[in-house]
Amino acid sequence: MARPFRPFAVTRAGPNDHLGVLLSTYATSVILAATEGHEGEGGFHTPSISDFFPSAILFEGTIFQIDRLWIIRIIATLVLLSVFVIAARRAKVVPGRFQAAVEYLLGFVRVQIGEEILGKENAKRFLPMLTTIFFTILAFNVTGVIPGLNLAATSRIGVPLLLALWVFVTYWAVGIRKHGLGGYLKANLFPPGVPWPIYFILTPIELLQILIIRPGSLMVRLVANMVAGHIMLVLCFAATQFFVVDSAGTGLMFFGALTLPAGIFVTLFELLVAFLQAYIFALLAAVYINMSLEEEH
Amino acid sequence: MAAHSSAAVVAAQTEEPQGPQGIELFLPAGYDLFWSAIVLVIIAAVFYKLVLPQMNKVLDERSALIEGGIEKAEAAQKQADEALAQQQALLAEARADAAQVREEARAEGTAIVKELRVKASEEAERITETARRQIEADRQAASVSLRTEVGTLATELASKIVGESLEDSARQSRVVDRFLDELEASQAVASNKEA
Repeated sequence: MARPFRPFAVTRAGPNDHLGVLLSTYATSVILAATEGHEGEGGFHTPSISDFFPSAILFEGTIFQIDRLWIIRIIATLVLLSVFVIAARRAKVVPGRFQAAVEYLLGFVRVQIGEEILGKENAKRFLPMLTTIFFTILAFNVTGVIPGLNLAATSRIGVPLLLALWVFVTYWAVGIRKHGLGGYLKANLFPPGVPWPIYFILTPIELLQILIIRPGSLMVRLVANMVAGHIMLVLCFAATQFFVVDSAGTGLMFFGALTLPAGIFVTLFELLVAFLQAYIFALLAAVYINMSLEEEH
Repeated sequence: MAAHSSAAVVAAQTEEPQGPQGIELFLPAGYDLFWSAIVLVIIAAVFYKLVLPQMNKVLDERSALIEGGIEKAEAAQKQADEALAQQQALLAEARADAAQVREEARAEGTAIVKELRVKASEEAERITETARRQIEADRQAASVSLRTEVGTLATELASKIVGESLEDSARQSRVVDRFLDELEASQAVASNKEA
C-alpha cells in the first residue's frame, strides 16, 4: 500500500546534516519522478516518525504498554548485562581475551572520561554512574544497526530523559552538598570577575543553563542523533529495495548501485555515532559534575 | 527544502491526522518513562552492585599481586646481595687463614730445621768427645806401659853403666827409687800441662 512520502518530516540535527540532505534531496527527485509512473505499486517505505512509535503489543494504553521498541530495549539490556555479569563472575587476576576486552572498555570509561575530567580522586566516586550511563547508551544505540532490531533503543525520549534527569539531579546534589545551595547558586549564577550590569543578562542565561539547557541538550542530542540515523538508514535501504527489486529491469536499477553502498556507509557511520553519543553523554555528565565540584568558575 | 517541508507537513496533516508528530519524539509518554526507569534501575543495580565491585576487586588484586611480586623481587635481590657480601667476606677470611697457616708452617719448618741442626751439632760434639776420651785413655794406657818399660830399660842401662860399683843391693835400691821419683815428678808436670 502506498504511504505518503515525507522525507523532511524530521530534519537531521547532527554533523552529517548535509549528507542526509544530499541523499534525501537526491532520492526525493528520483522517487517523485518514479512514483508518478508507478502509481499503486509503491514498494517504497518512507521513514517517518511513526517508526519510533510502533503499535503496542501488550497492555495498550496503560503505562505498562509494551511495543517493539521495548522488546529491543529488553534484548539490549539482557545482552549488556549478560556480557558484564559473565565478565564479572569469571573475572580472574590473569585475564583471558574476553575479560581483557571488557576491562579495556571499562578502562576507557575510567581513564578517558572519569579521570580525564574529574581527576583520580573524584572519578572513583562517580565512576559507577558514568560507567552505567556510557554502557547503557552504547548498548541501546547499537541496536539501531543490528539486523532484526534496526531501531536504536535510545531513539525514543524515555531512556535519554531519565539519564539526563539522573545527571541533572547528581550535579545539583553534588554542588549543593559541596558549596551549600546559596554557594552553589552564587558560583553558577554570579560568576566572579564580571562587571555587575552584565549579571542582568548573564544570570538568567546561567539559570536557564543549569536548569534546562544542560539536561535538555544531553537528552535532545542523543534522541535526535538516533532518530536521524534511523531515518537515513531506512532511506538508504528502502531506496535500494525500491530500485533493485521493485524497479527491476528498468533503468532505475542503476541507482541501487549508489544507494546500497550509501546504506553500508551509513551503517558504519551509525556505529561510530552510537559510540560517539555514548561517549559525549558520559563525558558531558562528568563535565557538569566537575563544574559543580569546582571552587571557582 | 522549505517547500518540501511544508508540503510534507501539509501531507501529514491531510492524510494522516492521527499519526505521531515530530514533537512527540521529545515528549515522553507515561509507559515510556515507566519502563525506562525499570530498565535503568536494573542496569544501574547490576553495574553498581556486581560488575564494578567485582572488576575493581580483580584489578586491586592484580595490582597487589604485581606490587607483591616487585617487593618479593626486591627482597630476593637484597638477599642475594647479602649472600654475595657474606661469601666475599668468607673468602677473604679463608684467604687470610690460609696465609696465616702458610706463615705458621714456614716458621715451624724453620724451627724444625734449627732444632735438627742443633741436635746434629750436639751429636757431632758428643762423638768428638767420645773420640777424645778414647784417645786420652789410650794415651794413659800407653804412658803406664811406657813407664814400666822405661823403668826396666833404665835400670838395665844404669846397671850396665854403673857396673859392679853398684853391686851393693842397698845402694842399688836407693838409686832406682830416686830415679823413679824424679821421673814421676816430671810425668805429673807433663800431664798437668796437657790437662
